[in-house]
Amino acid sequence: MEWDWEFVRQIMPTLIEGLQITILATILGAAVAAVIGLVFAILRMTAPAPIARATSFAVEFIRGTPLLVQLYFIFYVLPDIGIRLPALLAGVIGLGIHYGTYAAEVYRAGIENVPRGQWEAAKATNLTARQTWMHVILPQAIPPMIPALANYLIAMFKETPLLSAITVLELMNQAKSIANSNYRYIEPMTLVGVFFLIMSLISVFFLRWLEERYARVDER
Amino acid sequence: MGRAAHYAENSERNNETMIDWSGYIGLILEGAWVTVQLTLMGSALAVVVAFAAGLGRLSRFMAVRALATTYIEFFRGTSIFVQLFWAYFVLPFAGITLTPLQAGVLALGLNVGAYGAEVVRGAVKAIGREQREACIALNLSRYQAMRHIILPQALPLMLPTFGNNAIELLKGTAVVSLISLTDMTFQAQVVRAQTGNTLIPFATILVLYFVMAWLISLGMRWLERRVSRGLDGLRV
Repeated sequence: MEWDWEFVRQIMPTLIEGLQITILATILGAAVAAVIGLVFAILRMTAPAPIARATSFAVEFIRGTPLLVQLYFIFYVLPDIGIRLPALLAGVIGLGIHYGTYAAEVYRAGIENVPRGQWEAAKATNLTARQTWMHVILPQAIPPMIPALANYLIAMFKETPLLSAITVLELMNQAKSIANSNYRYIEPMTLVGVFFLIMSLISVFFLRWLEERYARVDER
Repeated sequence: MGRAAHYAENSERNNETMIDWSGYIGLILEGAWVTVQLTLMGSALAVVVAFAAGLGRLSRFMAVRALATTYIEFFRGTSIFVQLFWAYFVLPFAGITLTPLQAGVLALGLNVGAYGAEVVRGAVKAIGREQREACIALNLSRYQAMRHIILPQALPLMLPTFGNNAIELLKGTAVVSLISLTDMTFQAQVVRAQTGNTLIPFATILVLYFVMAWLISLGMRWLERRVSRGLDGLRV
């Protein structure tokens, strides 16, 4: 079978439509992950020991199991207990929880990497807890986190095709339905690959720039 | 216990569902075996590819470096899902028809291998300059230096990340269910379709995946201790 440019032109609008859903899912998923990650990190670092341990276990469990199965769980099991979510929302929640565990790890590492002396100095200069966090700890903890978080954002973007398994009409699903109804796999599947590759390559350059701008605190 | 007896017992206990779970659990365990096979074969391919591409990126020759970099960027730039579908649906048009298992192992191995290659490269580059200079001073060939001096020291640095990569690979195997390979996730879907029960199949496989991931990290920790045994006092 030959590559057919006419067919490519024909299917492009549908694929672009799918790409929009992919990007939307990525952005929403990232927002959920950022918040859930913060909750996990705070629970692990400040909650009483039993809760902190339970959180650690939950984080390990979520990181040790496939996102696809978690999506199935949210999409198929939750309706049985009365929580019926639209596919996209289920997907966003799944992505958010899964990558939230990774974000939690980044937050924790970033905060723990602030030297002890900074905390002690803040206490010695009689700063309140709020001032300590806002003016001493976070300004030093956040910049090194940014490249790591961006890395996971890219990883999450690449995982969004999994949402097609729970019927979200994103890029991969659009490509699959085009392929199935036209019996042509080469163009749609290759184009999906090309789309993702282009987006990833762009984001890799963006990531390098972020790393140069923010990381390497130890060398300062 | 025979199926009939089990069935009867179950139906006594619960008149609404009447599900013979032993058969379904067997189905899921069959799937678990496929998942284990995929993980092992995929990891084996990934390790080979990771060393080939990782060392390739450090090669003297521009062409080898370019080839390795292209491979790594390509496979890290798209997701395992897209690669798997491509291998399974598009390669046949190029005359290469793969079984779902072959496509799965190929896609998983090449995908995780690309991440592993960066780990290999990073670990090799992390070995101090003085070690390389000592190799030159001792007139070791490039092969000897790599084989006997650099890699034995770099290996303990790679292992923790390799462990994480192996777990990522295990998690990636779930995706092969979408090209109708009968792995654990696929079997869970079968059970869901046949019984209408969603919680038990999915909760079971989540736990099984977690146990497998836990076994991988135990195994890697054991391996780490082994390979760093001769290096006590040098690092870590």
